[in-house]
Amino acid sequence: MKLNINGKSVDVTADPDMPLLWALRDVLGLTGTKFGCGAGFCGACTVQLDGEPVRGCQTPVSAVGTAKITTIEGLSASAWGRKLQDAWLALDVPQCGYCQAGQLLAAEALLRTTPKPTDADIDAAMSGNICRCATYTRIRAAIKQAAAA
Amino acid sequence: MNIQLSRRTFLFASAAVGGGLYLGLSPEKAEAAEAGQLNAWVVIPATGRIRIMASNPEVGQGIRTSLPMVICEELDADWAAVEIVPTLADAKIYGRQVAGGSQAMPTQYEPMRRVGAAARGMILQAASTAWGVPVAELSTDKGHVVHGTKRAPYGQFAAVAAALPAPDAASVAVKDPKAFRLIGSFQPGVNNRAIVAGKQDYGIDAVVPGMLYAAFHKSGVQGAKVKSANLAAIKAMGGVKDAFIVAGTEEYEGLASGVAILADTTWHAERARAALKVEWNDSPAAFQSTATWAKLAADAKGKPAALPIHATGDVSAAMAKATKRVAADYAYPFIPHVPMEPINCTARVDGDKVEIWAPTQNPEPGRAAVAKLLGVPPENVTIHMMRVGGGFGRRLQNDYMVEAAAIAKQAGRPVKLTWTREDDITQDYLRPGGWHYLEAGLDTQGRCIAWDNHFISYGRDGKFARAAGIGPTDFPAGIVEDFRLGATVLPLIHTTGFLRAPSNNAFGFVTQGFIDELAHAAGADPVQFRRDFLGTPRIIGDPKSRGPYNTGRMRAVLDKAAAMAGWGRKLPKRTGLGVAFHFSHLGYFANVIEASVAADGTVKVHKVWVAGDIGRQIVNPAGAMNQVQGSILDALGACMGHEITFADGAIEQRNFGDVPMLRNEQIPPIEVAFLTPDYPVTGLGEPAYPAVAPALANAIFAATGVRLRKLPLDVSLLKA
Repeated sequence: MKLNINGKSVDVTADPDMPLLWALRDVLGLTGTKFGCGAGFCGACTVQLDGEPVRGCQTPVSAVGTAKITTIEGLSASAWGRKLQDAWLALDVPQCGYCQAGQLLAAEALLRTTPKPTDADIDAAMSGNICRCATYTRIRAAIKQAAAA
Repeated sequence: MNIQLSRRTFLFASAAVGGGLYLGLSPEKAEAAEAGQLNAWVVIPATGRIRIMASNPEVGQGIRTSLPMVICEELDADWAAVEIVPTLADAKIYGRQVAGGSQAMPTQYEPMRRVGAAARGMILQAASTAWGVPVAELSTDKGHVVHGTKRAPYGQFAAVAAALPAPDAASVAVKDPKAFRLIGSFQPGVNNRAIVAGKQDYGIDAVVPGMLYAAFHKSGVQGAKVKSANLAAIKAMGGVKDAFIVAGTEEYEGLASGVAILADTTWHAERARAALKVEWNDSPAAFQSTATWAKLAADAKGKPAALPIHATGDVSAAMAKATKRVAADYAYPFIPHVPMEPINCTARVDGDKVEIWAPTQNPEPGRAAVAKLLGVPPENVTIHMMRVGGGFGRRLQNDYMVEAAAIAKQAGRPVKLTWTREDDITQDYLRPGGWHYLEAGLDTQGRCIAWDNHFISYGRDGKFARAAGIGPTDFPAGIVEDFRLGATVLPLIHTTGFLRAPSNNAFGFVTQGFIDELAHAAGADPVQFRRDFLGTPRIIGDPKSRGPYNTGRMRAVLDKAAAMAGWGRKLPKRTGLGVAFHFSHLGYFANVIEASVAADGTVKVHKVWVAGDIGRQIVNPAGAMNQVQGSILDALGACMGHEITFADGAIEQRNFGDVPMLRNEQIPPIEVAFLTPDYPVTGLGEPAYPAVAPALANAIFAATGVRLRKLPLDVSLLKA
């Protein structure tokens, strides 16, 4: 099947049932998308389908169809993505950094639809993404900094 | 512990780095360093970027940033221009390479300063010869030697410098800290740019040509061995390349028995695993049950401790003299580590050569275990210390490294072994649970004059399991003169291990909760009672232990946190301030938490004020703040909701649904202040953790009058 990943059409040979997470990681070698729980609890595998954040581990590759997939490797194609990356760097958000791909993709979707998010907006958009190191304080600050940039 | 840098200790370390040369200056060929000819933390090529080696495992504690900063400061190189290069695991070259015990800074801060200063000194000496001017007339700036208007990059002198004898470590002069430009400045992590672009490889991202993706299915009841499995059916499944039984070894914490499934992708391996049918032999761990242990612990109450640990004075006599006696039972559960990156390891076995890509906190024991299991010399095991997606102590153990190597060997193919989250939780090396039956005596003035603690913990054959013990001189031994500590050890087989601020992460809750009770029993203010409890500034504890600690430094952070929080101010109904302090891992921390309790028992943490003292210098405020905030929230999440239970020998929890992690909307503001008294620099991965749960429980008491003595905190007891 063909997938549109980060603006490119890519041929993928994968079982239709295979979650997008594993097609990206183990078939296509796009390992920026992370495995965290395999059950939709943690958000580490967050990617965007047509701009909507989804769980890569809960999305069968056959369900993607023609939707445009954005992974962390493609985040910098978005102006909001670049602002978020700059803010993440300036505020030293990551600790271990493992969850940050998912955090950034969730945050990019938030800012694209809500450019001036309130704390409640951030709560709602980011609640699905666990950071085990608990970098939440800086994630919030970085989202606000990106929004103001 | 003695963390002075003596000539002897440093020369010992330098001898360990290959013939006494502890830094290398490669004039032309960077590959010379790669080839091990110049074992070094610093490589200065003739042209191009100066390279600083990052020799410690990076688990998010920021050590691959902060230790190179220390070298770079003294080297006087340009931080923006240097290249930070992670090294292989090689204790013979680099000494201690462990992310654990908050020990990197206490043991490496002063040596790494000298590594940088020595390299700078050799460059200056070479420049002095080249320019024909005395060293004293030269200065340095951002990787350049400067003399008047003359300015040349270090690399220009590297060839000559490399031929100079390395200076005696103890005689190397380091900077006056007042002249620090890099140390003490806010420096984002050196891998952040790769992380935000999805380009940073973690252990789980390792790819080796020809590798298969492996799942390894073990019994939830540890120690159970595979009797049989439907291997033929599994091997017939799509994407599966091989499946076999791993017999396992006999020794405790050896290679576990299980079924390995090797497939084209992790998903194929896991899909096949779901169809796996395994018959297990009985395990001696089948007796394990939370209900049984609770009964055993209850039965031990009131009985003498089977294992006396420490006693001073005469507790019975002091209790008899006391005008008031306070008794309380504290308890806390097993808790898991759940690092964000699931456990994984990639291994290639080629004859008697083994190559490992591991997210490990502690590579050398893994090397030893792999070498022993496969019967190869330890030096034949190469370990790539991949960036680690969270450790919290879990990856101090290397069970997954041994499994990956064993499976790769048996398969005859390189494999990437990935555990599921369910594997991670059910096969964890848990923070042990425990109970403390406490009694204390107060005199007429409300002073604590007796302290008796019957500690119930876990182990085998009457000995404590890993991380389940208690230090004989742990607080408040040495403070309360008439003191007794004894233990009863309940049988346990499931693996236990170190979790962030091990043992302290539980003891802080117990001691600081109970001291709060004593304060109230004495009619004293909880902060003032603690001040009096600590007494005059002095050193307490056994110098051979992880202490000793200084009660004056403890008092200083207590006072600071109380002042930050406005201790004593009036608060709304069902809102309270709680205070706690704790010393661990050479760090002093005190917290005040403001929390309110709704009528339905829901607890809201409004704010956390934190005062810490880890010595005279915060190396990297960026990482330091992350560590403190992370520790505080880690502890908060655990005390509010983490509990591992056993039934029929196995862990009952499976995934984040059973181990709720704090989420974005639950995060209180955290205000942090560091005191920087003139003491040696120490580490920060752990000491901010232990005083959180007690500060919260004490705040809940202040808000409601209900004393919660058990973790996780049961808010159903707090209904109005």
